[in-house]
Amino acid sequence: MNTKPAKIEVRGLYKSFGTKKVLNGIDLDVRQEESLVVIGGSGSGKSVLIKTILGLLRPDSGSIKIDGEETAGMSGATRERVLRKFGMLFQGAALFDSLKVWENVAFGLIQGRGMERKRAHQVAIEKLAAVGLGPEVGELRPAELSGGMQKRVALARAIAAEPEILFFDEPTTGLDPIMADVINDLIVASVRRLGGTALSITHDMASARKISDRVAMIYSGKIIWVGPTANIGRSGNDHVDQFIHGRAEGPIKMEVRRA
Amino acid sequence: MEPLATLGRIFIGFLAGTGRLAMFCGAALGNAAMPPIYLRLIGRQMISVGYYSLPVVGLTAVFTGMVLALQSYTGFSRFNAESAIANVVGLSVTRELAPVLAGLMVAGRVGAAMAAEIGTMRVTEQIDALVTLSTNPFKYLVAPRVIAGLVMLPCLVFVADIIGIFGGYIIAIGKLDFNPATYLKNTFDALETIDVVSGLVKAAVFGFVITLMGCYHGYHSRGGAEGVGTATTNAVVSASILILTFNYFITEMFFATK
Repeated sequence: MNTKPAKIEVRGLYKSFGTKKVLNGIDLDVRQEESLVVIGGSGSGKSVLIKTILGLLRPDSGSIKIDGEETAGMSGATRERVLRKFGMLFQGAALFDSLKVWENVAFGLIQGRGMERKRAHQVAIEKLAAVGLGPEVGELRPAELSGGMQKRVALARAIAAEPEILFFDEPTTGLDPIMADVINDLIVASVRRLGGTALSITHDMASARKISDRVAMIYSGKIIWVGPTANIGRSGNDHVDQFIHGRAEGPIKMEVRRA
Repeated sequence: MEPLATLGRIFIGFLAGTGRLAMFCGAALGNAAMPPIYLRLIGRQMISVGYYSLPVVGLTAVFTGMVLALQSYTGFSRFNAESAIANVVGLSVTRELAPVLAGLMVAGRVGAAMAAEIGTMRVTEQIDALVTLSTNPFKYLVAPRVIAGLVMLPCLVFVADIIGIFGGYIIAIGKLDFNPATYLKNTFDALETIDVVSGLVKAAVFGFVITLMGCYHGYHSRGGAEGVGTATTNAVVSASILILTFNYFITEMFFATK
């Protein structure tokens, strides 16, 4: 069991949009070199949680520490310095459609770190190879790729600068089961190779089981259960049981208006 | 109480929107002035704003000049004042018509495209991706567009001045039997430096307004395709209204007599 200190430490995190409370006092630790997956239903606040940790959204209150440094409310150059520790794979890949694939992968190296284009091109080709894509793919535009290939390119972009922390937002959404498994394998391999810390959010249980050391469940803006992945089947929590078995009946009520 | 509450909400919303726009404007200017400056992106935007707008602005200017000469002739001939046509065309084109019409055309072409492009980047999380890749979206997306608008609109308007006057010349010479040398002499005698400069100052302000509105509405677009469509419409409408508003104030600043 990983007993290393927390890389990411979240305490009492609140975030509302108008009258809707999305994060309602989140407490969560992600330890060094650990892969933690946050599971939860659609609209439970998973994406808001990682965007708030990244600083893309400003929390209403609470504390977010990265390597012991408070980052909630950080802005400007200090925020950019902290962001260099992160790599992120977005749900829809979020590739820049005006750039070639290799330029997407090398973007953070060229724009963020001032690497020379020729050297960045080499690194991009290496990272594409690491996710199973040939150099010829680097010359294509994102619109010419399938969904699975776009996710792989987005993964290559996330790991290009060899970040200490990787975030994965619904990495397998929209993919067929085989391609989803390929992406899961690549995520595991990438996190292991980097020796980094990973925080993922998903509602795909097969993905969660494969890529995580620990699982946390978010419900109504709170973390209601955290434990080792191996223990999720015997969590003793009715919400977790209902979610992992995908049952319509249980304590979690979906807002469905019946005709 | 309900109507009062609605009125209050609208007023607070207006104030919040104005504040958000002012902060966006400050951030755009601040980031445009401070390094790093993306010269390659600025160059690309200059081509998009300037070079690709030339045909539409040129056509607008030439037909406006032609119509102006024709209309002035029908009006002025009633008072035997046909010789003033060159003056009217020259002054109207350089002071008002070239900057305003070029501004409105560029707002429709460039402002809409910017709002759609940045709006799509917003709803597909590409702007969030920029941030996670240690790139400031204001420097990368907004500043190059604003700089391109500021620089290229005066260039476009200068070309439109020449083409607009040429449009009037074509009609005056080809249709109304004016003497070419006299028409040109009258035009240049009537024009003063301030006439052209005021038009170019207007153009720079309009270029800033158009690109700012395109970036602002795109940057704050929400909710998928519908949100991007709304952002595009709002960018063109707000830029057009601001162009007409600023046109009045800049005209007053240059030419108002006490």
